[in-house]
Amino acid sequence: MKKRSFLIVSGMLVIAFVLSIALGAVTIPLGSALRILLGKLPWFEFSGIWPEYFETILWEIRLPHTILVALTGAALAGSGAAFQGLFRNPLADPYLIGVASGAGLGAIAIMSFSQADKYLIPVGAFLGALGTIYAVYTLAKVGRMVPLTTLILAGVAIGSFTAALTSFLMLVSDQMILQAMSFLLGGSTVAGWEPLKIAFPYLLIGMTLLVFSGHSLNVLQFGEEQAQQLGLDVEKIKVFIIVAASLTTAAAVSFSGVIGFVGLVVPHVIRMIWGGNYKRLIPLSILGGGFTLLISDLAARIVMAPRSLPVGIVTALVGAPFFLWILRRAKREVFW
Amino acid sequence: MSAKNQGTTVLDIRSLSAAYGEVTALNKVSLSVKRGEILGLIGPNGAGKSTLIRVLSGILKAKTGEVLLNNLNITSYTPSQRARVLAVVPQARQLGGAFSVEQAVLLGRTVYLGFLGKPSKLDLEKTYWAMEQTAVTHLSGRKLAEISGGEQQRVLLARALAQDTPVMLLDEPTNHLDLRYQVNLLSLLKSLVKKQNLTVLMAMHDLNQVSGTADRVALLVDGCLHSIGKPEDVLTPENINQTYQTEVESFNHPRTGKHYIFPMM
Repeated sequence: MKKRSFLIVSGMLVIAFVLSIALGAVTIPLGSALRILLGKLPWFEFSGIWPEYFETILWEIRLPHTILVALTGAALAGSGAAFQGLFRNPLADPYLIGVASGAGLGAIAIMSFSQADKYLIPVGAFLGALGTIYAVYTLAKVGRMVPLTTLILAGVAIGSFTAALTSFLMLVSDQMILQAMSFLLGGSTVAGWEPLKIAFPYLLIGMTLLVFSGHSLNVLQFGEEQAQQLGLDVEKIKVFIIVAASLTTAAAVSFSGVIGFVGLVVPHVIRMIWGGNYKRLIPLSILGGGFTLLISDLAARIVMAPRSLPVGIVTALVGAPFFLWILRRAKREVFW
Repeated sequence: MSAKNQGTTVLDIRSLSAAYGEVTALNKVSLSVKRGEILGLIGPNGAGKSTLIRVLSGILKAKTGEVLLNNLNITSYTPSQRARVLAVVPQARQLGGAFSVEQAVLLGRTVYLGFLGKPSKLDLEKTYWAMEQTAVTHLSGRKLAEISGGEQQRVLLARALAQDTPVMLLDEPTNHLDLRYQVNLLSLLKSLVKKQNLTVLMAMHDLNQVSGTADRVALLVDGCLHSIGKPEDVLTPENINQTYQTEVESFNHPRTGKHYIFPMM
């Protein structure tokens, strides 16, 4: 049962990955795509029976793009699951509680200094995310509780505020408006391997920390008071999880932009199918998030090919109705 | 536990005051609980029973005064150190509904599970033993949200038993339980106290259950300690009449000699 869930979601992720590499404005037959990629490994050799630009498209554009998209989806869904567990709130998601917008502001702020080092972008995003989560949490807290309504309201307010600041920064540094516009709509801004190289360490660390926090999140589901009585150092654990989830969100936002609803929808679906045990929910959300964003990105690239839409449009078109559906379901159901 | 430890003070509460913001909830309460003893905590709603349990378990900070647990100030324990000595059975509330009964009871082992939450053989043994004790083994795969309030209360007790601590605090543990499980729970507690020399502090509403279970009774009123002592000395018609504003009569059971209180209706 436990292994099967991982097999299913991993299998879906692999299929989406292969499709994402093969399909797009130019379709590369699956066989050729696999041969080209395997040919890059030292112990394989295939003769080229395909046009040479296939290799360029595949190696310089599709593969890094696909990996980045998969990691971004994984990061957003993983941190979404962690935020939901931490706030014990089914609607917490990096986008809805404003963390993603905060990270976006931090990233744009770094970008708007044109001489700034690209390697500083994730750092800016991380600081933006941490600042936002602190503000939202403080505003949303009523006594010892963080009620659903105030959390979302504070998240939307702070999110709009940071988004406005982001727009302002974009307007004053006009040479990058287009780039930043697509960034805000959730579209990868830079192609090639470089963004992946910069963001990868943050993503890896952040997601590893999230996977490790599964057990603590389980204990926290009984409320902070009981968790403390059971021996969890609640204040430390909260900081740990917030830092891990913010780091993960920030790294994802740094090069993929602000993408909504993946962090909300994916953990929900996983929870409905395989239950609310965070030791499983976090890694499954990470895998499922990669799958979901790859499929959304694929749709964004081929629906109006050769033009491609920002992937954020696709996730919002699917995710927003889902959000409303959860919101309408007044009764807390068994799986939450 | 050797016999000479019997009667040492485990919990020493010294002139303890606590407040929620400006509202005083406990006012200079002093009392102690000894090893191998069940202390019943009674008092009208809002008397400060739950607040005392929250201070003792390190959730709420004392405003003035102090609490010593095994001669060490309660605030000097880390949550993990404290959870190895002291377990809490909170009032049943709808929390963690997505977890199965077995998962919930296993969380009593939190401090032994480590960061990844992987249970050892001992952890599982204690978990199954605790579930057996409170008769929830047959529910082990059911989700907490799907079982009744009384069953949840027994799961919370099992979780505290799995924690395997020498001190146990219980906040109205017989709430939601039907008569059979009320009796089961109280006799289980008594036998554990006898066998393992546990130290128990238990907030209760039912005065006769307190009288039948506790070695001593502390009566709290408006955050102050009104009286403390043997059940028959504290649960007098005068005390109850004065603190609960209810007419009662008391008499001793003809066979067991236990002290009972009856409201005049």
